[in-house]
Parts: sequence; C-alpha cells; structure tokens
Amino acid sequence: MLLLECPWCGPRSEEEFSCGGEGHIVRPLNPDELDDAAWGDYVFMRRNAKGVHFERWRHAHGCGRWFNVARSTVSHEILAVYRVGDDKPKVAP
Amino acid sequence: MANYSIFALARNALQRHRNWPQAWRSPQPRASYDAVIVGGGGHGLATAYYLAKLHGMRNIAVLEKGWIGGGNTGRNTTIVRSNYLNPESAAIYDHALKLWEGLSQELNFNVMFSQRGVINLAHDEGEARELRRRIYANQLAGVDAEWVTPTQLGELCPILNLDPNMRYPVLGGTLQRRAGTARHDAVAWGYARGADRLGVHIIENCEVTGLIIRDGRVEGVHTNRGEIRTPKIGVVAAGHSSVLAAMAGIRLPLDSHPLQALVSEPIKPVMPTVIMSNKVHAYMSQSDKGELVIGAGIDPYNSYAQRGSLPVIEETIRAVVELYPITSRLKMMRQWAGIVDICPDASPIISATPVDGLYFNCGWGTGGFKATPGSGHLFAHTLAKDAAHAINAPFALERFYSGALVAEHGAAAVAH
Ligand SMILES: Cc1cc2nc3c(=O)[nH]c(=O)nc-3n(C[C@H](O)[C@H](O)[C@H](O)COP(=O)(O)OP(=O)(O)OC[C@H]3O[C@@H](n4cnc5c(N)ncnc54)[C@H](O)[C@@H]3O)c2cc1C
Ligand SMILES: [Zn+2]
Repeated sequence: MLLLECPWCGPRSEEEFSCGGEGHIVRPLNPDELDDAAWGDYVFMRRNAKGVHFERWRHAHGCGRWFNVARSTVSHEILAVYRVGDDKPKVAP
Repeated sequence: MANYSIFALARNALQRHRNWPQAWRSPQPRASYDAVIVGGGGHGLATAYYLAKLHGMRNIAVLEKGWIGGGNTGRNTTIVRSNYLNPESAAIYDHALKLWEGLSQELNFNVMFSQRGVINLAHDEGEARELRRRIYANQLAGVDAEWVTPTQLGELCPILNLDPNMRYPVLGGTLQRRAGTARHDAVAWGYARGADRLGVHIIENCEVTGLIIRDGRVEGVHTNRGEIRTPKIGVVAAGHSSVLAAMAGIRLPLDSHPLQALVSEPIKPVMPTVIMSNKVHAYMSQSDKGELVIGAGIDPYNSYAQRGSLPVIEETIRAVVELYPITSRLKMMRQWAGIVDICPDASPIISATPVDGLYFNCGWGTGGFKATPGSGHLFAHTLAKDAAHAINAPFALERFYSGALVAEHGAAAVAH
C-alpha cells in the first residue's frame, strides 16, 4: 500500500487518490498536420517502464488537484513528488 | 516417450510411481534456431507446439526466464469462455474454446477442462439490457448464450444471495454452458511435453536481455546463458511485453498492472458453476480440491512487483461476502498477484512489428488464459507464414493507427 504525499494536503493513503497514468505526454501543437502514425503514437503508445515511472496522480477524495510522481514500478518507492508543469526531476533509478 | 494411459498408470503404480519418465527434457541451448519463442507461459508453449506440429518447424526453442508456467499461466483463476461482444472477439475466443474441447486428447495430458458453465450477473436495469444485447450478439456469432432468471440462478447455485433488498440485488444473468474452468498448470505442462516430444527445446532459467537487430531485421537474442542466433522471434511475455519491445526501440499500447486472486480453505462442494459480477467486481468458482477461487481487480497504477495492494482485496472480499453470505466465516489461505498487460481496447495484440522477423503476442491483460490454445495456434500460423491468419488479422498493431479498435470493455470488465 502506498503512502503518497499530496503537495497541498500532505501524506495520505493511496485510497484517497486516483492514478492518471504516464505523465509528460504532450498534446501535439500542430494537430492539423499530424498523420495517423503520429496520432496513434500520441494517443496509445506508452513507455510502461520497468523501473522509474513518471506518472500523474489526482487527490480525488481530498483537494481534487493533479500532481506528478516519480515512482519505481519494481519497489513502489516514491522517488519524487512534483507539480504539474514542472520538468521531470532527476532521480536515481 | 510413453503415452499416458490406464495401463501406464497401473504399470507405474506397481513400481510405486518411481519410474515415470521426465515429461520434458532440459536441453542446453543451441547456438542457433529457426525460431525462438520468448516466454514459457501457456501461450508461448502452445505456439511452439503448433509450430512444430502443424508447420514442421522443429528446430525451435522456448526461452523462459524462470520456470514454465510461473507467470500468469500459473496465477490465473482459470475461467474459460467465449461470450465476447464483437464478432472478431467471438471468433478468436470461440476458436480457442473449440480447441479446449479436444485438448486433453490432443496432448495426451489431462488439462481437467470442465464445462461447468459461466454466469454473468446483472444488478441493475442498464446492466441487464447490456447483457441481453451481448446474448443476442453471441447468438448471431454462433456462440451459445442464454438469459437466466433469479429463480433459475437459485437452482444453479443455492449459496448465491438473491435477497431483493441487497444493496445491489441480482436481477438475472447470462449463462454460457460450454464455458468453464481448466487446470492451469496442466496446460503449461501438457503443451511443454507435447512440444518437447516434437523436438522443441524448452529452456528454463534463460532470460532474454537484448535483441540483436541489424538493418531492420532480427538476427538473434542475448540471454543470461549466451547469445542465440535466429531469424524469427515470437515474444509472448505478458506483463513484460513492453520491456522486450523497448529492447527493439518499440513502444506498445500497453500498461502493466498487478491482478490479484485468492483462495479459501477447502470445503465441501457448494459452487457447481462459475459466477462473475461486473458491478460489484467479484467472481468465484470452486476448485476440485474444494477451495473457493476468488478473483479481484487490478491495482490502479503501473507495477512490475508481483504483489497486489490490500485495498483491492478488501473491496473484493466485501462483494463476495455480500453475494455469498456463507463465506463470511471462511479462512482465506493464499493471496497472490500476476502482472497483466492491459490494452486500451481490452483486446489482444497478435502482430508483426516494424522490425522484420519480430512478432508480438500480448495485450491479453486480465483474460488470456481462456485463449491459450487458440492464441498459440494463430500465433504459430502468423510466425510460420509471415502473415496473419484471418481470425487474428483484426488484432494487429495497425488498429491503433487506423482506429479499427475491438472494444471489449463490457465483456472483459470483471478482470479475469
Ligand atoms: C490473478 C489472475 C487471474 C486471472 N484469471 C483469468 C481467468 O480466469 N481467465 C482467463 O482467461 N485469464 C485470466 N488471467 C489472465 C491470464 O492469466 C493471462 O492472460 C495468460 O495466462 C497469459 O498467458 P501467457 O502465456 O501470455 O503469459 P505468462 O504465463 O505470464 O507467460 C509469460 C512468460 O514470459 C516470461 N518472460 C518475461 N520476460 C522474459 C524474458 N525477458 N526472457 C524470457 N522469458 C521472459 C515470464 O517469466 C512468463 O513465464 C488472470 C491473470 C491473473 C494474474
Ligand atoms: Zn490534496
């Protein structure tokens, strides 16, 4: 079971949160010019990393806000919690 | 190697069962093979069996990083059914179901396939309507399906709670009579023994750590037991598919999550069929040993840790106790998880890739055990002919670019 630290509310049980999956997937700025391959990659293809995973979480049963987490998908260790819009933090794998 | 039969059993009984031959060899890997299958789960072993048996490819190997069947094949709750919504899905799952019906004879290995029926419950009007729609779709696709009323449900499974004042009352359900369960380990062992007898090398404790690719073509694999050359690779690695794809610089539309199950202490027979509920998310059957086999949902975040979180188990137990009040005092003996590869349209991927000679069979997610024989049969065809079989053509990676998804979230909603 995870203990996640909401940047606004502090440490809470994983049951208060919902996970929004892989983060840092940027919506293309030139949608009109994209072909099917580029759209397919954007919408569906994922890194699904074994190791450090950068992901989005929402404090659904709390303040309701989104934030980012770097977490190991092997040990479940939380490596960093950071705000939406921040760059990926440097974390040891 | 000798066939298993009543005579072999009697002969070996007289020898106090000390002289049974090993069911498959443990060969040293060769320097090269005509094809290599990565992953010794049921799907990988079935692929090798049909490659050897139907396509004459006998200089092939299955590389398994642990022991065969130690992945999801040995961790699932063994439900086999084919009542999916879309015609493409009904075709692929019913292809598998037909192979299940003759599998013990085909493999000369008792896979304990038991057509005890599978029921899906409806707990509200919307769900009842959706399930009826699926019955009609199944009947159009030639898959058996029928509606059962609460009274019939009470006769089929007396321990089911039919109290109309329940939080989520049971309004009826669907029944597929040809569906049921099988013995998961036996499926891996039976295919392994069958493939081994045809000359296939089954190599355990052999982890693929890299793919050798030159000029867009596969040339071999790196493993912890050395390099193995091959012009053809079929990856059947379930929860680890994305890890193998990354070795070729490819991303797949998959997310890996733990899926959990648990079993109770053994009790006398109380559950003659399999009952699943999407709404409260729980499903249950009873093994021949008497344990109640209970399936939970997936953990909501990506993970490769083969253990699940407790909140998910808690929620499942809550639903099971409400649906089957007699379970409230049962002890649970074991709980475990497997890592499943979830695909956005809840359908599998059997496909070529941008790399020549590299094929993937993955995305079966929470429900691929039922497809094991069909998946192996179709993947063998795809590998041998370098072209999809008509039944698996709709399940290529191409669909994520064309938009022709095969959405099965309804039929696959309860994770099993
Ligand atoms: C708890 C649970 C309940 C389930 N219940 C059902 C059910 O009731 N009905 C149903 O139809 N399905 C069910 N499923 C899903 C089903 O188990 C899977 O879809 C199916 O077993 C997948 O088979 P497989 O052979 O592809 O995978 P696996 O059996 O997982 O085989 C993949 C193999 O690849 C190996 N591997 C991975 N990486 C490497 C590498 N680098 N080198 C070498 N080998 C590697 C792994 O060790 C593993 O043995 C359930 C799954 C779980 C976890
Ligand atoms: Zn908060």
